[in-house]
Amino acid sequence: MICIMPDSNGTSTGTIEDRAKHVRERANWMRRRLLKMIVDAGQGHPGGDLSATDILATLYFDVLRLDPANPLAPDRDRFVMSKGHCTGALYTAMAGRGLFPEAELASYLKPKSRLNGHPNRTYLPGVETNTGPLGHGFPVGVGIAVSGQIDDADFRTFVLTGDGELQEGSMWEAAMFAGHRGLGKLTVIVDRNRLQQGANTEDTNGLEPLGDKWRAFGWEVVGVNGHDHAELLSAFDAAAQPRDKPRVIIADTCKGKGVSFMENQAGWHHGVPNPEQYAQALAELEAEIA
Amino acid sequence: MGADTKSDAALFDCRDAYVRTVEELAVTDDRIVAVVNDSVGSSKLGKFRERFPNRLINVGIAEQNMVGVGAGLANGGKIPFVSGASCFLTARAMEQIKADCAYSHANVKLCGISSGVAYGELGATHHSIEDIAWLRAIDGMTVLVPSDPWETEQAIRAAASHDGPVYIRLSRMPVPALERTSTRFEIGKGEVLHEGADVAIIANGTMVHRALKAAAALKDEGVGARVINMATVSPIDKDLLADAAATGAIVTVEEGLKQGGLGGAVAEFCAESAPVPMRILGFPGFLPTGSASWLLDEFGLNAAGIASAAREVLDKRA
Repeated sequence: MICIMPDSNGTSTGTIEDRAKHVRERANWMRRRLLKMIVDAGQGHPGGDLSATDILATLYFDVLRLDPANPLAPDRDRFVMSKGHCTGALYTAMAGRGLFPEAELASYLKPKSRLNGHPNRTYLPGVETNTGPLGHGFPVGVGIAVSGQIDDADFRTFVLTGDGELQEGSMWEAAMFAGHRGLGKLTVIVDRNRLQQGANTEDTNGLEPLGDKWRAFGWEVVGVNGHDHAELLSAFDAAAQPRDKPRVIIADTCKGKGVSFMENQAGWHHGVPNPEQYAQALAELEAEIA
Repeated sequence: MGADTKSDAALFDCRDAYVRTVEELAVTDDRIVAVVNDSVGSSKLGKFRERFPNRLINVGIAEQNMVGVGAGLANGGKIPFVSGASCFLTARAMEQIKADCAYSHANVKLCGISSGVAYGELGATHHSIEDIAWLRAIDGMTVLVPSDPWETEQAIRAAASHDGPVYIRLSRMPVPALERTSTRFEIGKGEVLHEGADVAIIANGTMVHRALKAAAALKDEGVGARVINMATVSPIDKDLLADAAATGAIVTVEEGLKQGGLGGAVAEFCAESAPVPMRILGFPGFLPTGSASWLLDEFGLNAAGIASAAREVLDKRA
């Protein structure tokens, strides 16, 4: 029974250690569950899914203020998945939080499934905007944050981008405008795994010095280990403090994190583990929480 | 019936009706916001900014971000009127229009200013003649092309009440106020502005008053030309098209590309449901240097050209 979700969906409480443990258990479940989805569907983006898993687990199982029974409540926190291809991680996080039945994960990529290869808000309440083409989610997230700024609303907006995605010009249009507007309730997380589809970002169209770029656009910049749940929680807690600048959390991550043969391998951007590889991946992930 | 086509007829810039209506809506509905790409002046939104400084969002010269921000504002419960020169709004931000607005079913109102060849001498980079073909190809996108100040106001009000993305194509070229008996505007419904049973002339936007002038000339020759104002290109009014096809001949006329626009929409319907001889009047492609009025005359988008096309298509009528 490898894919039983740990008990107690929803946000965690207690010390930061307690909270990190709660998130860690669910992140491990997400990894095992999304690999099964990819194996069953025969396609997927395991590298980026595993890279983003701990960030999404921290958001969905601790940080985000949302009511799974009322996913369109006007005062909900918004999460925008700008790197829309990593739906294995997004859907497991959403199901784990109770936004749709966990059993529905079995329909991933099947005909007429609500779980499309890229997230679709008209299929699945809780998705904020349809993403997939890179460079789209961030501007929409900025618009959401501007709406909240006009209304002096207290909801927060979170956007997860890939690092390769930052090569899209629209991302910097959005970054410039968010800095100009001083969108203090907007937090962007960069999944900085340094690998885009074909190669290292720095060998393709280098992003460094990445923090300096964001600072120059008027942002507060924080760097964290994107697989350390306590560090992620601290960064999100700090981001909740009143401020007059948007904040970017540059999360150093490892593409394929948690599965030894996928880690830092550009070849696992797309891909499906064979039965032996899948068994090995599960064994490694089970050992991690044993 | 028909437009006031006297040479001394009062002419109106429909941008004035657009901003007046958006301001009126904004007074009673605080969800109304305006989003611009440094186009406060060309969109005539200066007064809106004075009245509602918190609700005018100027993203600067960044159309992709402008449309994405519009979709985000809709997510936050706003009704954004996203305005910019239609050449840049549609072409630069096409994927945002497709993915963020239409595919996401975001409640965004896109207002293309200075559409068609309004920027005549500035050349093909600044002409927006492909926009109707592009926008009507996108599922779920309502496409409106109002013809005069009254219809512009109605189109803006209808767009604000409509749940979903709408593209409203506005011109800066002065047009007369059309005479009409109906005071009802409905998305998806065209209107007959001049009766006639020999041929149907289907037009929208700045071409409607020219079509009416052509119909008056044809009437003097004993030809009954029905003039249909097809302000909604998508979804198109199929009932009215079936009636138009029953005349036995159709001419379409638009201030846009001959391929894929209003004429294309009418031709798709007729080819499948009611084949009749047709002429499609529009521009052939990238255009030579010249003023808007010169370009319209050069490519036969005037009363004489429309009447001539009607005579040609009548000759082919079964």
